Amino acid sequence: MSLTLNEEQQLLKDTAREFVQKNAPISHFRELRDLNDDKCYSQDLWKKMADLGWAGILIDEEYGGSNFGMVGLGAVLEETGRNLVPSPLISTALLGASLIQLAGNENQKKDLLPKISEGKLTTALALDEGARHDPLNISTFCVKKEKNLVLEGRKTFVVDGQSANLLIVVARNSEPNNKEESDASRSMYLVDPKKPGVKITKISMVDSRSYCEIIFDKVKVNEEDRLGEQNVVGIIDDVLERAQIGISAEMLGSALEAFDQTIQYLKDRKQFGKPIGSFQALQHRAAHMFSELELTKSSVQGALNAIDENSNDKSRYASLAKFKAGETLNLVSNEAVQMHGGVGVTDEFDIGFFLKRARVAEQIFGSSDYHLDRYAVLSEY
Amino acid sequence: MTNLENFRQETKDWLNENCPPEMRKPGDVSWGGRKARFSHPDQEIWLERMGQKGWTCPTWPKEYGGGGLTKEENKILQEELFAIGARPALASFGIWMLGPALLEFASEEQKLEHIPNIVQGKIWWCQGYSEPGSGSDLASLSTKAVLDGDNYIVNGQKIWTSNANYSDMIFCLVRTGSQEPKHDGISFMLIDMDQPGVDVKPIKLISGKSPFCETFFTDAVVPKSNLIGEENKGWTIAKRLLQHERSMISGMGLSAGGTSKKKISGLAEMAKRYVGVDGQNRLGNPFLRGKVARHDINSRAFSLTLQRMGEEMKSGGPSATASMGKYYGTEQNKLRYEIMLEAMGFNGLGWEGEPFSPEELAVTREWLRSKANSIEGGTSEINLNVISKRVLGLPD
Ligand SMILES: Cc1cc2nc3c(=O)[nH]c(=O)nc-3n(C[C@H](O)[C@H](O)[C@H](O)COP(=O)(O)OP(=O)(O)OC[C@H]3O[C@@H](n4cnc5c(N)ncnc54)[C@H](O)[C@@H]3O)c2cc1C
Repeated sequence: MSLTLNEEQQLLKDTAREFVQKNAPISHFRELRDLNDDKCYSQDLWKKMADLGWAGILIDEEYGGSNFGMVGLGAVLEETGRNLVPSPLISTALLGASLIQLAGNENQKKDLLPKISEGKLTTALALDEGARHDPLNISTFCVKKEKNLVLEGRKTFVVDGQSANLLIVVARNSEPNNKEESDASRSMYLVDPKKPGVKITKISMVDSRSYCEIIFDKVKVNEEDRLGEQNVVGIIDDVLERAQIGISAEMLGSALEAFDQTIQYLKDRKQFGKPIGSFQALQHRAAHMFSELELTKSSVQGALNAIDENSNDKSRYASLAKFKAGETLNLVSNEAVQMHGGVGVTDEFDIGFFLKRARVAEQIFGSSDYHLDRYAVLSEY
Repeated sequence: MTNLENFRQETKDWLNENCPPEMRKPGDVSWGGRKARFSHPDQEIWLERMGQKGWTCPTWPKEYGGGGLTKEENKILQEELFAIGARPALASFGIWMLGPALLEFASEEQKLEHIPNIVQGKIWWCQGYSEPGSGSDLASLSTKAVLDGDNYIVNGQKIWTSNANYSDMIFCLVRTGSQEPKHDGISFMLIDMDQPGVDVKPIKLISGKSPFCETFFTDAVVPKSNLIGEENKGWTIAKRLLQHERSMISGMGLSAGGTSKKKISGLAEMAKRYVGVDGQNRLGNPFLRGKVARHDINSRAFSLTLQRMGEEMKSGGPSATASMGKYYGTEQNKLRYEIMLEAMGFNGLGWEGEPFSPEELAVTREWLRSKANSIEGGTSEINLNVISKRVLGLPD
């Protein structure tokens, strides 16, 4: 396994960096936040990203994708993470595309994947139901009532659920209190958010991105709306691992940028007649952060590779990456604010955005503690 | 077959024929030297054969006795050595530190004189950097060398000289110029220890062992031809050598974590033995379990980082980022022993005898030894200074 980008991947990363600097610097995020609309991202920007092949970055070429793999997507996410760019990259290009590609039948793939690749269709995964990521522990269910399948339950903290054209809903195959059914099985359904019985409510979070609660009140669905077999737990796990690694790449980018801005500030800001970066108390903390960032880079790169190479250790890699990314971004975002002094806690200054994003990103797809525990379980202790 | 496949087959065949059975088991490694001692006759054979082949220093140029292998070939050699469980044929400061510095800075004659001896383990080298008054502030050193005809006459004292009592020669930093500015008057020279002007006195560590010494020079004689590089220009060589030392020490931290064929780490396995498991086969003490998992993750991330840095390193050898490896690797290693002790309870705190097992007593001594990891080769604080200034560009 190589932990450095090849020429093609490096080119993609350079393109992404230029694109983001030109089209979506942090001021772009600030404008969106101030607008406070429900989408929380720019559709125009997403169209441009799709034109670059990023919406279909995990999609096979026969469905209109560019099939660049996780290493490619990771390179793009790191760059968008640097500038805190809100976009459906994770909800659609990663989650939606992967779930449909891995679980979907030929009709679904032919119908949906090209639309995703073109940037015309966005998706959201409706999975979690509580304040913590806990994919197995859900009570939303979908069972046959008379002629129809009926979906019932409540999902929360759904990423990009308000802007999505299509919801991918994970449900039990039996009512939660039904003891007879072996309850470990889960199905996925493709649900039009405009369907009767679907009620979406915005949740306003500190990172100003798009989250919502979705209530499914006796929503009628068809067999054809099922994505994959009656039990897709394996596929959900696989795709969640991709998502954990993808968001880790984004978090790495955010941590690197917060760090770079802080180092620059240490060189520029003068107190006691010299740059504050000459004080050893700050230097050592900066050097320690540098070390943690280096470890995080390697963990993320290793994990991205593990997916593309279908390593038999990819599950542990996912937890390794998400744990390191969570810990490091938390460390760096805290230190960044502290080392900026008073301006660090003002809204006018960008550095606080990283702190706010850090904590939400840590919770998405499992916090650091969640992954620490998961890593230990996977390592047999 | 490609060249590399060919090379793998040849390597397999050669090792098959030449690596003695005893050397395919774990055990101590020879440090060579003029008065080399071997714990087993096979150790001598193994050193002799590997030295002749140049495979103790696989990537060094053939003209100086090295293996002349490419990076890819060396990787194959290491894999094949690992596959048969072969222990290293030779351990030495010559391989890790002096050799790379000589290859970069020494004259042709000096290379021909010293490098083959390093490859074949003929000389045991030690490092004469630190002095009683000059530890972290190494450049303030004051051991003096004065030119007298064809020789330098050296007076002064070194300290913490690892293995000086076994060594044949010492690579030494001495002052040939003025004390100020401190970096400008330093020279790098090679001193034979087998002479009346050199005395060594062992120092005992908290672990009970005595791996290092005080080294005294009283009118020690050093031929002018043993000066490496120019007079008073030794600091550049000294710093470069430290980078090699630091990247070597960070590599040692690796055996501590890393990945093996088994999913469970050695650390977790040991913790399980001492504290047991709960109904779901999880480590019985949840606080300890968290510490073990965090350490395992960081070890893995660290070993990936060394791999990545190796890939990114072009031909120029280690850089200032070696300080990151030294800092993180040694802190990790210390923490690993702390966690082991925590798992073992009183059993991890024995000094000698019953009721402790030999393994327990070894861990306790290694725990004490590990405290030196973040001091030797430049302290953690000094390495953080290097990262701040050389890597991050923070001002003085
Ligand atoms: C096991 C072992 C083997 C060794 N082997 C050798 C050898 O073979 N050859 C050799 O030459 N040397 C050897 N050394 C010496 C080693 O390089 C020195 O001990 C080390 O450089 C520190 O110097 P010092 O002991 O004088 O500590 P000091 O420099 O006095 O440091 C004391 C404390 O002050 C801190 N400190 C000092 N300066 C600064 C600063 N600028 N900023 C922040 N903190 C600072 C240090 O980090 C440390 O915590 C060995 C040491 C050990 C422990």
